[in-house]
Amino acid sequence: MPEELAATAHQFEDLAQQHEADELGMWVFLGTEVMFFGGLFLGYTVYRHVYFGAFEAGSHLLDLLLGAVNTSVLIASSFTMALSVYAAQKGRKKTLITCLILTMILGSVFLGIKGVEYGQKFHHHLVPGYDFNPEGNFPAHMSLYFSFYFIMTGMHALHMIVGEGLLLVVLILAAKNRFTAAHHATVEVVGIYWHFVDIIWIFLFPLLYLIGGR
Amino acid sequence: MSSLTVDEAPQAASHVHYLNVKFGVKSWLFTTDHKRIALLYLASITFFFFVGGAAAVLMRLHLLTPGGLLVEPATYNKLFTVHGILMVFFFLIPAIPAVLGNFLVPMMIGARDLAFPKLNLLSWYVYILGGLFTLYAVVAGGVDTGWTFYTPYSSTYSNSHVIAAALGIFITGFSSILTGLNFIVTIHKMRAPGLTWFRLPLFIWAIYATSIIFILGTPVLAITIVLVALERLFHIGVFDPALGGDPILFQHMFWFYSHPAVYIMILPGMGVESELITCFSRKKIFGYKFVAMSSLGIALLGFLVWGHHMFVSGQSMYAGMVFSILSYLVAVPSAVKVFNWTATLYKGSISYDAPMLYALGFIGLFTMGGVTGMFLASLGVNVHVHDTYFVIAHFHYIMVGGMVMAYLGGIHFWWPKISGRMYPQGWARFAALVIFVGFNLTFFPQYILGFLGMPRRYAVYPAEFQVLNVMSSAGASILGVGYLIPLIYFIWSMRYGPVASANPWNAKGLEWQTPSPPPTENFEEIPVVTEEAYDYPVREAQVA
Ligand SMILES: [Cu+2]
Repeated sequence: MPEELAATAHQFEDLAQQHEADELGMWVFLGTEVMFFGGLFLGYTVYRHVYFGAFEAGSHLLDLLLGAVNTSVLIASSFTMALSVYAAQKGRKKTLITCLILTMILGSVFLGIKGVEYGQKFHHHLVPGYDFNPEGNFPAHMSLYFSFYFIMTGMHALHMIVGEGLLLVVLILAAKNRFTAAHHATVEVVGIYWHFVDIIWIFLFPLLYLIGGR
Repeated sequence: MSSLTVDEAPQAASHVHYLNVKFGVKSWLFTTDHKRIALLYLASITFFFFVGGAAAVLMRLHLLTPGGLLVEPATYNKLFTVHGILMVFFFLIPAIPAVLGNFLVPMMIGARDLAFPKLNLLSWYVYILGGLFTLYAVVAGGVDTGWTFYTPYSSTYSNSHVIAAALGIFITGFSSILTGLNFIVTIHKMRAPGLTWFRLPLFIWAIYATSIIFILGTPVLAITIVLVALERLFHIGVFDPALGGDPILFQHMFWFYSHPAVYIMILPGMGVESELITCFSRKKIFGYKFVAMSSLGIALLGFLVWGHHMFVSGQSMYAGMVFSILSYLVAVPSAVKVFNWTATLYKGSISYDAPMLYALGFIGLFTMGGVTGMFLASLGVNVHVHDTYFVIAHFHYIMVGGMVMAYLGGIHFWWPKISGRMYPQGWARFAALVIFVGFNLTFFPQYILGFLGMPRRYAVYPAEFQVLNVMSSAGASILGVGYLIPLIYFIWSMRYGPVASANPWNAKGLEWQTPSPPPTENFEEIPVVTEEAYDYPVREAQVA
């Protein structure tokens, strides 16, 4: 299998070892991501505990419908991502490319809706540090809730944008016939990343949108 | 007799190796060879070490007189901040992992390179970028928050260049993360045939444990710094009590990383220590498994003791008690190591080559630093000496007496492998001695100063503390000279040093089975491992 040997980087013995290393590398990286977001979740938990009323009031100012739509969009993108990996394993190039494009579109839809939501917050003067002046009575320290809302969803969106970039790279490689049924670790690794970013949102949605029931 | 064997034949180093395979600046800046990247790190961390050291020299000069000799109090604040930031984030943390770890991990496990060579090069560029931000903060006017960046001073009130420095640390953190990730994957997946986990050199175990801390701790520091920067930029009140934030939360998050970071700074040194002690005692390490497991124990327990930095910060008394007890516990694995090193020395045939002098210095100084750490872990004593020079002396005994000694010992040990040249043994032994004396003269008086109540981070002090402060400053000047001597003879040796053989210390370990300097892919053929680590011949056979 000469083409297989060509794909193995010089530091590895064979392709199998390289694949294992790539996947372990991504899992270890996701370990760092868990700790990174963990710091944010810690801060969120502390202030939600101290200022529960303010967090509840802030949560009710979010657009639940857009949040729910976005959650389904993201879950759908996870599904198409899983299909991409499956197609790569079977060596079906056309399906792989279609599913990758679908995943990218769904990711962009998510980011677009998120952008609309951010726009609403600016419109309603709900942006701490820039323009925080909500209408009517609001509990003290509600700005803390919105600080965390923006930081947490912003960090998540940043990871989505990185994910879109990675998908683009995979798409180009797929179009160039770089993947075979035996050699597709890149697709798998990017897939793991994409699912992880989705899972972060699965935690963010209830924590930010559903405080105290709606 | 000395175990040193020097191969004088000039043709010995004429083989093609990683240093002469390519020449020119480009061949270095775009290299993916872990050995060359190690040398890039070596050059850059040496630079930061001497810049951070210069700040320390200025501080010690300033403290020669009670009223302060040299600088304004505000400038003094900036000096200790720069010293702390550069030494912690740009020297101590990357020192052994990024230099010796990068150079040795693939060779010790019989691999051709790390798992992700490009990521490895990227980590160096990330490190340099972070360094540039920090240097910019220094040149633009400095930072005065201390290396700990306590809020709300850092996030709200300080008028200095906090964001640039914080960004520098944030960026450099990713270099640690990439390095740790690379090591973990490499150690898991790329060991030579026959090299089981319990045949690994103890340096590898130490680096592995350190990498776990890199992976789990550094991201928490990253997000903490992001929050401080955001709060400073937008005034959003995450840590500012005036806006409902909690400054103690910052301290929890900061120390959740920065206590384990202490172990990032000492675990690799312990790994080097295990290698040196066995080699120069010509004896198998005593209790291999205990030493290996204690590294993991330190890495894990190290995550549970951060609160001992906050005994007087207003955390609950019960939390203080728990953190105090856990801090005692984390001393157990460290003590296991010290006792096992000592037991290894027992009845060994010890030779006092330069690396061994550093190793022996390490044991003494680290033990003193560790025992005074126990004083600090107990609640009552801590309150008495909190934020005094006692604390300064304690962690300098660990960081400088421990880590820097181990780092220098390691550099002296593997220099023949790195450069293919020997350095002058006499000068090296002399430097080790100068450093040991200078170190103790600098920092022992600080224990007494702290015990008497001199607080840290002050530009002035009462007149009765002058004698001890002058002693400390005098020691610092000796220490400074001690650090310059190796710099000179290492540079000298690269050109004029006698050519080193493949294994000048007759040491065990795969890295000594390949020529000095090694070829680009480390080994002609990937070795097969059939024996335990440190399989030195038993003493009787050697004496006879
Ligand atoms: Cu600590």
